[in-house]
Parts: sequence; structure tokens; C-alpha cells
Amino acid sequence: MSEEVKMPQMGESIAEGTIVKWLKHVGDSVKRDEPLFEISTDKVDAEIPAPTSGVLSEIKVQEGETVPVNTVVAVINGAGSKPAAAQPAKESPAPPKEEPAQAKPEPPPSSAPVAPPPPATAPPAPKTAAPAPPPSSAATSKEELRQTRSSPVVRKIADEHEVDISQIEGTGIGGRVTKQDILTFIENRKGEARPAAAAPSAAAPAQPVPAQQPEAAPRAPQPPRAPAATQTEAGPPPYAEGDRVEIEPMSIMRRRIAERMVESRHISAHVTSFMEVDFHKTAKLRDSLKGDFERDGVKLTFMPFIIKAVIEGIRKWPVVNASVWGDQIVYKKDINVGVAVALDWGLIVPVIRGADEKSLLGLARAVNDLGERARKKQLKPDEVQGGTFTITNPGVFGGWAGTPIINQPQVAILGVGVIKKRPVVIDDAIAIRQMGIFGLSFDHRIIDGAVADQFLATVRDVIEAAEYTS
Amino acid sequence: MGITGSKPQRICEAQWLGIVQYDDGLRLQEQAVERLRSGHDTEQLLLLEHPHVFTLGRGADSSNILADRQQLESSAVEVHETGRGGDVTYHGPGQLVGYPIVDLKPDRCDVHRYVRDIEEVLIKTIGEFGVTGTRIHGLTGVWVGNEKIGAIGVRIARWITSHGFALNVNTDLSFFRMIVPCGITDKGVTSLSKLIGREVELQDMASICAQKFAEVFDRDVRISNSLLFHGSTA
Repeated sequence: MSEEVKMPQMGESIAEGTIVKWLKHVGDSVKRDEPLFEISTDKVDAEIPAPTSGVLSEIKVQEGETVPVNTVVAVINGAGSKPAAAQPAKESPAPPKEEPAQAKPEPPPSSAPVAPPPPATAPPAPKTAAPAPPPSSAATSKEELRQTRSSPVVRKIADEHEVDISQIEGTGIGGRVTKQDILTFIENRKGEARPAAAAPSAAAPAQPVPAQQPEAAPRAPQPPRAPAATQTEAGPPPYAEGDRVEIEPMSIMRRRIAERMVESRHISAHVTSFMEVDFHKTAKLRDSLKGDFERDGVKLTFMPFIIKAVIEGIRKWPVVNASVWGDQIVYKKDINVGVAVALDWGLIVPVIRGADEKSLLGLARAVNDLGERARKKQLKPDEVQGGTFTITNPGVFGGWAGTPIINQPQVAILGVGVIKKRPVVIDDAIAIRQMGIFGLSFDHRIIDGAVADQFLATVRDVIEAAEYTS
Repeated sequence: MGITGSKPQRICEAQWLGIVQYDDGLRLQEQAVERLRSGHDTEQLLLLEHPHVFTLGRGADSSNILADRQQLESSAVEVHETGRGGDVTYHGPGQLVGYPIVDLKPDRCDVHRYVRDIEEVLIKTIGEFGVTGTRIHGLTGVWVGNEKIGAIGVRIARWITSHGFALNVNTDLSFFRMIVPCGITDKGVTSLSKLIGREVELQDMASICAQKFAEVFDRDVRISNSLLFHGSTA
């Protein structure tokens, strides 16, 4: 009833394998398919499951040994047979090694999985940099750690510049203050007026930091990156002692979204303008077209009309369909309109490429198709990229209007409030009209209020006249 | 029209996660492996960058980290031991890290083929920028001349993959001077930005890489969260 365990062939061209770790010891019972040992070949580690259930009665090949494929490396006594009791292993097995993945050099002092990541970048605008005790952990011990575990170099710099190390938020292992942290701190203290962007940042992805003295040299125009602010400091706990609270770490996704939103706020000078739009004529047009569209299997909402109107607006005011690149304005000749779709697990913005070349039917099809596939997680990479303008719909739940955040690197986003019948004054009489409030958030760095309002007025005029180009 | 059957492509979800702590990256992989194994989720291609970190694979010789502790601390580099194959490597800002969590069963159960396929993905990705990547026999990874641009370290458990590759895009190569990358002493490292003279947005790289991955692995690669994948039209 015993079964031999062989070195498996992990690939056609593989003739041998090295056992790097036994996950079971002689005498252990194993289940079929349970990981039994790990092998290593060039650049690949693989976990090998037990071929059968039973008791591991013999290990024939020890850790570190390399043997040809199909060599018997162990024996498992099948479930039926009596366990190889008290059988001393031929060679006394090596003392179980520590799981390497767990043998981290310096486990962080606070509970790493829960604590927000240390701000990888220099603290932003408010440069007072008050020490931020993480919620719930003992602040004193962390301060102590920073003091005692900072390297001699850091302590020397601290002495020279009369800096209290405990005042600095460390980004090193276990929150210790690194040389870069202290240099940043001193730099920021020196010039209060200095923009945060100039501070060296260990995490700015596109600008690798030199190993020693970081001095951000100005270079060719670059899309400005969000400075430090993307990861906010925790600050003092947002609750009082004894309050009933529940603390849950953000998922990675949540953190990404949080960072993106703050990043956009930081990059663009957000301003939002509102305009009332009368959908009376467009609603009539929609009703007259609905039947035809439905015969083609396409549901007709107001969205394709709004996209058409936006395209007219962009044609008149192209700066709304642009990006900022350093000190240059990049006008996008393609009009790729993103339409935000709310999902249970977040938000997605599928993009209708070449929206200006599509008919009303084409737009309606695209809106329905992309929305549906977004909900089914079926979008392809190129269907969520390259947007040049975004439309979002804060009216879905009846919201009157919204002030959306710009989807970088774009410069404007239209928020469409709920479209419903409201009393309005027309020729000194009160009439009932389908009305909607449009809110346009725009980047005031390159779009002035007058331009934004004229863009909005163009969009409004097209919808109110219901005169759409093919 | 091909004559081969119309076998539906397997779905692989690609995600751009931005900067992820190394620990968090390990956890995300474990979760993805578990969800794939239990049939609760599709295959995943996790694309991200790590803060400065040196990692030691199972085959690692710690003498291949040349910097001493003090140097490591002053440059804010963490050190991790990890369950992938390979020796020492560096990850940091500007480097595109990819963790494909895919099931090699039933038709790709070959460790070497998998590694060669990953190399192919990287070669095709940098090919988009006019850079010719090559293989050097016996030295897994992608090379441009005598310098390595893409490193590979993989773990396979019951033919489900984890760990993966690291492609130097805008990487600050000076960090590699603190280690002997992969234990190889007579070869150098390079980056895409060094070769083409400009930096490339990592998100754009991630999206090109996802498309090349789809080609090489014959997967239907899909994106589930565009906030994480905006990318300019450049």
C-alpha cells in the first residue's frame, strides 16, 4: 500500500530538479494534493503536492539535493496501512528551517497589515509636520523607535541642524527616519515658500531619486505628478477615547481611488459652473426615434444626445478637449468621450473613441454596449483608455447636480443632474418642462470661466434646439 | 479564417495598481491564487510598482547584497526574503512589476515554456519602443546587448503561477549597484528610458504589457477598473 513519490517533470526540457524544502516531516500524515515539498529549477520555484493520502514514511532526497526527473524522493504509506510508527528516519532530518517568507529581517513594530503605509513622500503643504501618532498604537514607543533606531548618520545630521528626530515622520523600516527624511525635513523648514513638488520624493514614480543627495533638477516639460499629497498623513485619531468606532483598513483599490481623487484635486485648479438645460424638444425627438431604435435593439436614453451636444461644444471650444503638459497645452484632435459607470465594486469610465464620427445610433449602441460590458467585467484595456473628455451622471439617484472631479490628464468633466419635469417661466407664463442641471468642472489653469460658460452654453443651445448633426 | 477550432480564450483580468508595498503585493497574490484555485475568480495580471526594496529569492546568497545595513537604511531600501525562484533583485519606482496569476493547466504545464513566454511578453513590450530584447542561454531574463532590462522570478504551485517579472522602465539604476543582480557579476543592467532617452508613463507600459500578455498567452485580457488604468493617448 505504499506509494513512491517521484521528482516530477516540470517541463519538456527539464531533466532534474533541486529539492529546496520539505513541507512535511517523516511521520506526518498527508492528504492527497496537499503541498509536500518545493523544488527549484532555473528561476522557478514550484510546490509539489502529495500524489496520495497516507503517512510520509521516508524521505530519500534531502533539502538542497539535485536529482534527475523520476527519481524516487519519498515514500508515502497509503491510508490503509499502519503508520510507520517510531521509524527513525534514515538520516535524522534536518531541523525544520524557518519559513523563509516569514523570516523578515525587521518586522515593523506596529501591526503592519493594518497600519496605513508610511507616507512614502515628503509631507505636503502644511510643513509643520506635527508627529502623527497612528490611530490606536502607542505613540511613545514609535517615537522611541525613531530616536533609537535611526542610523548614526541621521542622528549626526539631526544634531548639526538641531532637529528633534521624533518630529519627523520616518519612511524607513519600521517607521525609522532615513537620511532622506531628515534632509527633506530640513529643506522644507528652510524655505517655507518652496513648492512641495521640489521636495525629494521616494515614491514619485517617474522621477527616480538619486541614491544620495536628492536635488530635483528641472527638466523638459513633464506631466506634473501629484506631489506628496496623494497619501495623506494620518494625523491625530478622528475619534475620542471611549467612542464607539470600528476601524477597517482600506483595500488597495480603495486606496488607489482615494489617491487618484486627491491627486487630481492637487493637479488641477478645479472650478465648477452650472447651467440649466431645457430638454423639452430633445425629449420629443427622443420619443419620436425611440421606436426605430428599439427595432434595432437599442435603448435610447438622453446620453447620446448629450454626447452629440458636447462634441459641438468641443468643436467651438477645443481647449476643453486638451491636456496640460508642463507649460504647454496639448490639444487633442480626437474626441474620445468617457462615460462614467457606477459599479458595485467601484467606478469605471469606458471610452467611446472617435465619438465625433459616430451617428446618434452609433453613440447609443456604444453607450449601451460599454455600460453593459463594464458591469460584466468584460471591457478590454483599450476601451478604458485614451479618454479626452468625461461625462458623469450624478443624477442617477435623483441628484440635482454635481461637482465632479476631473479625470486626469483631462481638463474638464461634465456632471449631468437628474432630468425631470419642473415648473419654468417661459414668456411670462409658468410652463412644465423637462429640465436638467449641467455642472462642468474645469481646470482653471487653461480654461477661463468665460470659455467654460460659453462651452456650456453651446451644449445647452444644441440640446434646447434639438438640432443634432447627423 | 483559421482552421483551428474556436476554443474560447480564457479570461484574464488585468489591473494597474500603482505603487504597492511589497508586503501588500504578496498578500494580493496569495488572495488571487486562492480565488483562482477555488474557482471564485478569473486569472489575474497584477501590474504595479514597488517602493525601493531588495528581494531575495530562494536561491539567494545574501552576500549578493553589497550595501551594508547603514547604507540600506539611509537610502530607505527594505529587504525581503520571498518564495520565488532566483537570487537577489531590486524593485523600485519606475520599474514595471507584473504578477501573472494564471493556471498553466492543461496545455501549458511546462516551467521552461512559461519562463520563455514571460520573456516573450517583455521582448514584445519593449519592441513597441524600437528596442530589441534578446535571450541569453542559461541566463533567464530579457537582455539588451549585455545588459539586463527584464528580470524574472516565478513560483508555481499546482501549476498556478505567482511572482513574475520586473521590467526596468524609468528605474534609477544606481540602486542595482548595491547588489549583484541575480548573482551575475559580469553583466550590467539597463532601462528603457536609458535606451530611448525619455521616460515612459508606467501606466502606458502596463497597458502595452497587458496587451502583449494577451497575445503570448492567448488570453482574453480585460480591465475592471479604469481609474487604475487611465493612460494618456500618447
